[in-house]
Amino acid sequence: MVASIVLSGVAIGCIYALIGITYNVMFSASRVFSFTAGTLGMLGGVLGSLFISRMGLPIAVGFLLALAGGAALGVVTEIVAVRPVLKSLDQHLYVLSTLALALIVQQFTAIEWGTDARPFPRLFDLAHGVFDQQFWLPMLACLVVIVGLELLYRHTLVGHAFLAIAEDNFAARALGLPERGLRIASYALAGVIGALAGFAGGEMLLAFFGNAPMLTFYGFVPVALGGMGNNRGAVVAGLLLGLFQQAANFLVGGIFASVAVFTVFILVLLARPEGLAGAALPRRV
Amino acid sequence: METPAAQVLPSRANALGSASMIGSALPFLVLLLIGLLFPLFGGGYWGLIATRACVYWVLVSGLNLVVGFAGQIAIGWVALLTLGAYTTSVLAAGNVLPELSPYLALAIAAVVGAVFGLIIGLPALRLRTFYFAITTLGFATIVTQVALAWQSVTGGGVGVAGPIFPEPFSSQWGFYYFCFGLAAICTWMTGNVAASRFGRALTAIRDSEVAAEASGISKPALLGPVFLFSGAVAAVAGGLFASLQSYITPDAFTLDLSILFFIAILIGGRGSILGPLLGTILLTVLPEFAAPLVAWSTFLYAVLLLVIVLAMPGGIAEILDFKNRKPLESGRAIVPRPELLARLLGAPANAGALTLEQLAVSFGGVRAIDNLDLEIRPGQVHGLIGPNGSGKTTTLNVISGYYAQQHGAVRLNGVALPVFARHRRAQMRIARTFQTPRLVGSASVLQNVMIGGTIDGEGTFVESLLSLPRHRRDEIMLRDTAMLALAAVGLERLAAVRADRLQHSELRFTEIARALMLRPAYLLLDEPAAGLSAEEIGRLGALVVEIARAGTGVLLVEHHADLIFDICHHVTVLNLGRMLAAGTPAEIRSHREVVNAYLGG
Repeated sequence: MVASIVLSGVAIGCIYALIGITYNVMFSASRVFSFTAGTLGMLGGVLGSLFISRMGLPIAVGFLLALAGGAALGVVTEIVAVRPVLKSLDQHLYVLSTLALALIVQQFTAIEWGTDARPFPRLFDLAHGVFDQQFWLPMLACLVVIVGLELLYRHTLVGHAFLAIAEDNFAARALGLPERGLRIASYALAGVIGALAGFAGGEMLLAFFGNAPMLTFYGFVPVALGGMGNNRGAVVAGLLLGLFQQAANFLVGGIFASVAVFTVFILVLLARPEGLAGAALPRRV
Repeated sequence: METPAAQVLPSRANALGSASMIGSALPFLVLLLIGLLFPLFGGGYWGLIATRACVYWVLVSGLNLVVGFAGQIAIGWVALLTLGAYTTSVLAAGNVLPELSPYLALAIAAVVGAVFGLIIGLPALRLRTFYFAITTLGFATIVTQVALAWQSVTGGGVGVAGPIFPEPFSSQWGFYYFCFGLAAICTWMTGNVAASRFGRALTAIRDSEVAAEASGISKPALLGPVFLFSGAVAAVAGGLFASLQSYITPDAFTLDLSILFFIAILIGGRGSILGPLLGTILLTVLPEFAAPLVAWSTFLYAVLLLVIVLAMPGGIAEILDFKNRKPLESGRAIVPRPELLARLLGAPANAGALTLEQLAVSFGGVRAIDNLDLEIRPGQVHGLIGPNGSGKTTTLNVISGYYAQQHGAVRLNGVALPVFARHRRAQMRIARTFQTPRLVGSASVLQNVMIGGTIDGEGTFVESLLSLPRHRRDEIMLRDTAMLALAAVGLERLAAVRADRLQHSELRFTEIARALMLRPAYLLLDEPAAGLSAEEIGRLGALVVEIARAGTGVLLVEHHADLIFDICHHVTVLNLGRMLAAGTPAEIRSHREVVNAYLGG
């Protein structure tokens, strides 16, 4: 019993962490949190089910197409909902524009795909029980993304450019970095990561339009607790969240588990608005 | 001292006020008339739609203060509708307690809603915009889940019957009039708040929290009552909603509904009552005209939201704002009338000197201010000059409580000012302006200046809500004082104009007028001459001299050396956070190091 709580907790925690990283990658490129992060996760599951189960495409093709769909939504987010409001960041219009875009995609999915949760295809038929793929796929995805991002940021020129933009937008532009191109690339990357989260967690979460607001909320918890833009913090906080949620699920039942998660989230944030690992930003006057 | 023109001013302001008040009340009267006569030409089904619009507006009117005025992005307000609906239904059905009268149940729901409104709202005091939006979203999903799980009380997925209000409100039109009456009362109450110092303070928090704090507006003290009120009316709307539905289940309260409320406000326009009212009617009625589109309604709302945000942030209210479409006269000059200052500022209060003692501030490893001593005396102008990055604005920000010093103290009449506690500065009559003017762009110049006097109002939030005498006295007092302040800085002709239509120099003088509303013992001016023409700088100088003559101590941070030397009694020169020199203008002008480092050959 304990093993299954830990396994499902870590697995779902990996999905939350990946959505958290999706938030972070977009935030690093633009100083903007986007409501489309959870929508990307939802889309990964729905597109996977659409391409593989309904259209019968080979798994690898379906997988790549689902990721491409995520990348496309990432780019659309940048063009439609972020770029037009970047000039007036202090008015917080991005909250509204990304919310609008997230709702548009979510409602479109609800209408075209249906409002029922549909099954996600089993990708491999290897093992059941403790080594079931529904547990290790999200873990593998999370590992791949963390290692991949680490390699990208530390060892490639493009990665250095990403970091430069995250650190200081103006200085990076003054150095002649193609800021807009890098921002679009970041959003595409975030789209791929979000869709990967939904695809890897497809068996657990199913292909369901309602996953969008759920992931938008639970995926933001690791960001808020781990500190903005801090991927390692997001992974740690995501895993803790997943374990806490599954344990509470087992101990007090599903509904009160979400109440418990919500309460802890609010209390921690009220005590430390900058997150457990973050540092407070000085105010500008 | 007083000129005849000055005596005429306040009454002119009143005439201006009452004329525009009738104009702005007209659309509401038309809507009231349509609403009252609606049963004469509406069929049965349209009665249902009209009732629904009224119920929605009861909620939206309260949410409007949170979203449209205070600028807090509360997406999940449907949680409070759910809460009110279940509280009213469960109490009226007698699931827990003995059956209660539906009116009593509705009143209890209002109290519960107020408490939860405060609980949902409280994070807004600590959290950044997106964080707050997410927490309200989380709350909305939690409440529905609890309603689903708590079967013994809520009936779970099966649901519970809504309350039925007794005669004369049990018939369809009877219930319509009940809801319409409540909606009208909500319109009246939120309209009162909007036109009060509380409404203006909310917009100040929305558009420039820093300026709000400098005017002594405390965010918790202001937002607390607003969340209580907004929660109460949302819960009342929930009770009405349950009665209208006659049977409620958790899936009646989808996030789509929350989005509808939220978008109605943004389509209507922030900081308006009429706009969101029309927005609510529009969004309730729209799907009825396009039956095939009902499934797509939330999709369309979302598209509408995106279009509004990107193309028309002002919403319906801006489209209807005809009087601000007239071009302003060009080549207008600011002609201050310093002779009015004595009347505005009153007898100088003897506040004692404002002193900085061995002040040191560092950011990380950088010493921004190092061992600075400075004394500002009442009735004198103290100049603070130095190259960029020498710590001038930092000094000002320590005095007004934005930065904490590592060492030393800021004392007012010998008493150390508390570190941070920014809004308390206004109570001590320390006012300031900003390097970039911080005004509420969508509010009129007069309203902006009135914000400066917020702490001098005496009425409470409830008194404003109900337009009781003390609220009306406050408004007349603030309006008259603000007109006087505007006349003193030479802007009274622009009183009714939206602040975002002003020229840069006019914004600077508006900020000074707002600061004067505090009748400051000390006035901190942060580069007030930047961007002004030579002529305007001269007038500014004369104005500042007169402000000091009325008894106010002025700290003037400036780059224009001529202005400093013309009007200051005492000058301190900073370089790299250290005091390079201090003395009278004549001494500074001949100080060799200052001339070399800063003034140039």
